[in-house]
Amino acid sequence: MGYAGPPCKAHARCYGAPVPQSESLSARVERLELPFNEYGVDPYGISKKHLKLALEFFAFLYRNYFRVRCTGVQHIPKKGRGMLVGNHSGGVAVDGMMVLTSTMLEMDPPRLAQGMVERFIHKFPVASLWASRTGQFTGLPEHAVRLLEDDRLLMIFPEGARGTAKLYTERYSLVDFGTGFIRLALQTRSPVIPFAFLGGGAAIPTVTNAYALGKLLGVPYVPLTPYLLPLPLPVGLEIHYGEPLLFEGTGDEEDHVIEGYVNQVKDSITRLIEEHRAERNLRRTRRLLP
Amino acid sequence: MKVLILGISGGIARRLALRLRDSGHQVAGIDVRPWRDGPKDIQVHPVDVRKRAAEDVFRRWKPDAVVHMATVTAFTVPGGERGRINLDGTKAVFDHCAAHGVKQVLFVGRHTFYGAAPDSPLYHSEDEPPRALEAIPELADLVAADLYAATALWRLPDITTAVLRLVYTLGTPGTGTLANLIRGRRVPMVLGYDPLFHVLQEEDVVTALQLALEKRVRGIFNVAGPSPVPLSVIIKGTGRTPVPLPSPLLSLLMGRAGFPRLSVGATDHLRYPIVVDNKRFLAATGFQATYDEGRILRAYADSLPVGPGHD
Repeated sequence: MGYAGPPCKAHARCYGAPVPQSESLSARVERLELPFNEYGVDPYGISKKHLKLALEFFAFLYRNYFRVRCTGVQHIPKKGRGMLVGNHSGGVAVDGMMVLTSTMLEMDPPRLAQGMVERFIHKFPVASLWASRTGQFTGLPEHAVRLLEDDRLLMIFPEGARGTAKLYTERYSLVDFGTGFIRLALQTRSPVIPFAFLGGGAAIPTVTNAYALGKLLGVPYVPLTPYLLPLPLPVGLEIHYGEPLLFEGTGDEEDHVIEGYVNQVKDSITRLIEEHRAERNLRRTRRLLP
Repeated sequence: MKVLILGISGGIARRLALRLRDSGHQVAGIDVRPWRDGPKDIQVHPVDVRKRAAEDVFRRWKPDAVVHMATVTAFTVPGGERGRINLDGTKAVFDHCAAHGVKQVLFVGRHTFYGAAPDSPLYHSEDEPPRALEAIPELADLVAADLYAATALWRLPDITTAVLRLVYTLGTPGTGTLANLIRGRRVPMVLGYDPLFHVLQEEDVVTALQLALEKRVRGIFNVAGPSPVPLSVIIKGTGRTPVPLPSPLLSLLMGRAGFPRLSVGATDHLRYPIVVDNKRFLAATGFQATYDEGRILRAYADSLPVGPGHD
């Protein structure tokens, strides 16, 4: 199911599965199929309270600030394990936040995408707490395997920190992918759902990355924009999910086999980016030249 | 079965002794601390496990199994003596067991050996090395004792050795590291962090130890109960008030102003979780905790309530 005309008033600005906007965010968190205990905490420490608060903020950004356009959520399994694999862009983790929000707002029933985040996140107070409580764990193979075997939905950016370091002029390019995610997918027999994230590079137009400043602050780098701070501009963002890819194997294959699978995922993401980038340009032209 | 419990005067060890006796085992113990009002049919030998008199107990009583719970923490015994008790004591226990035909040994260790770090896996498996040494020097001797006990698996193949790494115990009357941390009305937390804590009720600890003994498990096992919960939930669930403090201020206030005393490296435990995967133990013993998170916290709150006068 793709884009089926303009969104109606009764529904969210959704181009995949129509989800009633009348349902409260709190109700959507309640509908998550996670084994919360009587304190509203699941075995990984994900907390309903923190998810609700985070979703209030993210949903405002998603609907009103970035006006996210999302297609293809029907490709994400409604139940069971899956790996959302996409391109990184935008200097800071705006893409991760919006992908998480898209699976919470656009899917019926909602699902929580759990990110495999950079190691430095959990060194910082508050950031560590909120990342943990919303299910965003350090990108360790142990975490990924365990979460997939528990039939969770993983969100992976195989470009890693180098992906968010792209400058404005490189915003639609892809840097080298890691290969670990394919071995994990094979080992756990998980489908890979490729997605393209568009607009991140324009929302945070990085002109250079301050690596020395980053080292001082304990992060890989600090993206600098023409207005210095990496605060996102209210640029329209897009998330497009592609058809799932299921690979055969055990995860112990030779490197060249794994690299072949990685290239298939990379090609799918590139196609999604190019296809929707063309549509994006067309829409922009129509708006500018009525 | 004749079971000798080392450190029998401790809270959990006493309960284990009574449970094993009631299950039809013969039980004796060694402890330099007295067990006041202990039952007459459980003989307690007031000797140091490192001394000759302890070996005499092994020689004369000839136990089939030994449960080694005679280790101490930084809170109970400071300095070098702690190392001598934990490490030299553990070596002496295995020497006596090997010399006097003991068939089975349970070493009761702690899950904190895995260490708390921002980039460590959330769920630790038994195959991971204990990393607590890097951040918490106070645990060094306990980690060394745990590793020494594990060497018995290949060094003493005739003895069925099990190294059990137990999560925090929480119950009545409230002994143990976590119980001491949350004993007061106000419980400190590190500002900006709220780590998961894995807890097990005392009665379930005893059940787990009894199962490990009766099922004759061999190897290294993590022992845990219900799913872990955030420290703030434990504090509020037991009727206490969390007080988040910046880390440097917390270090200054430890042991003062009504706050509990903590060892130097322990603030890492208040930042990052140490949670264990206990699938291996469940598969080996069929253990099932009878107390869930809520029941554990309510039981602690009922047995140790805090009122306006408490601190």
